[in-house]
Amino acid sequence: MIDTNRQQELNRQELTEGAAGAAAATAALPPDQPQIAGGETRNQWRDVWRQFRSHRGAMVALILFIGVLLFVLAGPLIWTLDPTYVDIRARNTGFTSVHPLGTDQLGRDMLARLMAGGRVSISVGLTAMLIAIFLGSTIGVLSGYFRRLDAPLMRVTELFLALPLLPLLLLMVTLFREPLSQSFGPAMGIFLLIVSAIGATSWMQAARIVRGDVLGLKEREFILAAKSIGTPPRRMILRHILPNVMSPIMVAATLGIATAIITESALSFLGLGFPPDFPTWGRLLYDAVDQMVLYPSRVILPGVFISLTVLCVNYIGDGLRDAMDPRIRGR
Amino acid sequence: MLNFTMRRLLLAIPTLLFISLVIFLLLEASPGDPLGDVPLTVPPEVKEKMREALGLGQAWYIRYILWLKQFFWVEPLHWTDKLLGTYFSDGMQRIISFQSRSPVFDVIAQRVPQTLIVVGMSYIVGVMIAIPIGILSAYKQYSWFDQIGTFVSMVGFSMPTFFTGVVFIIIFGVKLQWFPSVYDTTHVVTDWGSFWVQVRQMIMPVTVLALYNAAQISRFMRASMLDNLGQDYVRTARAKGLGERKVVLKHVLRNSLIPVVTVIALGLPTVFGGAIITEQVFKVNGLGQLLISAIHANDIPMVLTLTFIFAILIIVFTLIADILYGVLDPRIRYD
Repeated sequence: MIDTNRQQELNRQELTEGAAGAAAATAALPPDQPQIAGGETRNQWRDVWRQFRSHRGAMVALILFIGVLLFVLAGPLIWTLDPTYVDIRARNTGFTSVHPLGTDQLGRDMLARLMAGGRVSISVGLTAMLIAIFLGSTIGVLSGYFRRLDAPLMRVTELFLALPLLPLLLLMVTLFREPLSQSFGPAMGIFLLIVSAIGATSWMQAARIVRGDVLGLKEREFILAAKSIGTPPRRMILRHILPNVMSPIMVAATLGIATAIITESALSFLGLGFPPDFPTWGRLLYDAVDQMVLYPSRVILPGVFISLTVLCVNYIGDGLRDAMDPRIRGR
Repeated sequence: MLNFTMRRLLLAIPTLLFISLVIFLLLEASPGDPLGDVPLTVPPEVKEKMREALGLGQAWYIRYILWLKQFFWVEPLHWTDKLLGTYFSDGMQRIISFQSRSPVFDVIAQRVPQTLIVVGMSYIVGVMIAIPIGILSAYKQYSWFDQIGTFVSMVGFSMPTFFTGVVFIIIFGVKLQWFPSVYDTTHVVTDWGSFWVQVRQMIMPVTVLALYNAAQISRFMRASMLDNLGQDYVRTARAKGLGERKVVLKHVLRNSLIPVVTVIALGLPTVFGGAIITEQVFKVNGLGQLLISAIHANDIPMVLTLTFIFAILIIVFTLIADILYGVLDPRIRYD
């Protein structure tokens, strides 16, 4: 019974949304008892996933990205060498059976370092993205929904867009690394600093996109209907607005991971990222640049990992964008 | 249009003031001390004197307003004096770098040409690669050229410049020995031979930056061409018997360039920021290198001035992009 109700609600919602493609799909559904006839309930995310699977580049990218994640997360369980263990007698070895990817100038195992570095790089990317998306969608929804907040919040967004980001990031990281690493420990302090600095300087695009979408949504009938039965603003936003702006937020989030990873490795490359005991891909690249003539593989491996991860994430973002665009979906 | 420009220019003033205040306060809140390198044997009262000599004695708001005055009043006066041979700025204090004890703007003026040559060339080259690729891959959508072009631009977009730069150095600088891996800024062009040396040392940094820019711009170009190719006026142009060449290169291209031009204008200041990394890779001592060394040395006036110049660039180019959009597209009305 509950399922039938939900189905009817779904149908109703689609009808009120008035999308041409969706209406046709509803007509195709058996009207009386859908769960007996069709078996499968219709679900937006399942549609998205079906469309996403047909994007070949995005699927390959997703598999590769999962592979990178496995390498980084499950790899240390199999390859148990400590990435910070210094074996000075085995320094600068090439590709051997003991060290499949060689060792660095202090004899630390490159394979283990790449795994550890990837974990830090990807977690920096994810956390910074989460901060940026949280800030961006909050500001976007607030300024789109409440007319009084619109002008000031958009001014703030424009101000942030006019800030020279890379110089400011460099400044913030250099100026505050000492006090933060004293109060939170060297690794955690720098992690917090970099993540919040990247997050605080990359939310603007998401905010603008979300605001535009919310402004459009506010004119729709289902919002009017919800308002007419007295829905308070908080529930209105959480229940009716946010689920409907999820798709642009997801796309922005995916692309945000890519930019965050690149920014972090750029900071590390400029020598302003994590301390040397906590390798990240950017830091590994930076450390190897001095000896790139003798040991080019040490530069190329972390660089390839950065580029591969960012490429995968960008492709996934592309695929998501296509899959979530209802004009393309279902073709 | 003039009205719009004036309004935007007026709005830019509070924005710039706010940004400069943010940067100033950020520097103020930092724990770094410009006198940190002074030996401990120097007695405290002498240190206090040195502090005052650097202008650090006063409260922060006084120093901020002093800096504003120096930036917006003394420096322009100084440069007009230099141009016209007048003496307006005599006896006025210019912005002095803590590091070199010379006026900040003199140092910047020495560094600007290097950055401008590399960044400017790379942007021009990037645009010249990107636009034909964008046109072709949109015109032959889903062809093998389009597939490869899209993939390559995706890769170029995803590879950070510090990685491509290093790979280029390994391949072309070390293995093949075609180009020098370090950019020699003291090199002076006097004849064809030295000009060739200059070209050779510019090829790698320019290529690295150009590829990165081209990857971004060609994506925009392709999308914009695709938007326009499906329009009714294209069908009309074909129906009245215009040649395919004329339809694409005249009707469609002109209309598709409108958004791309604004994207190019908007991207220019970020390229200056991104050039910081490329400059570091190839050891070009331009503005980016200056900024990084100033940050490391706690040279507050230099960092403040440079970052503020970057902010001005962003605001100016955003304004230029908006105006260009209005000028190029008669459908856009700002009034």
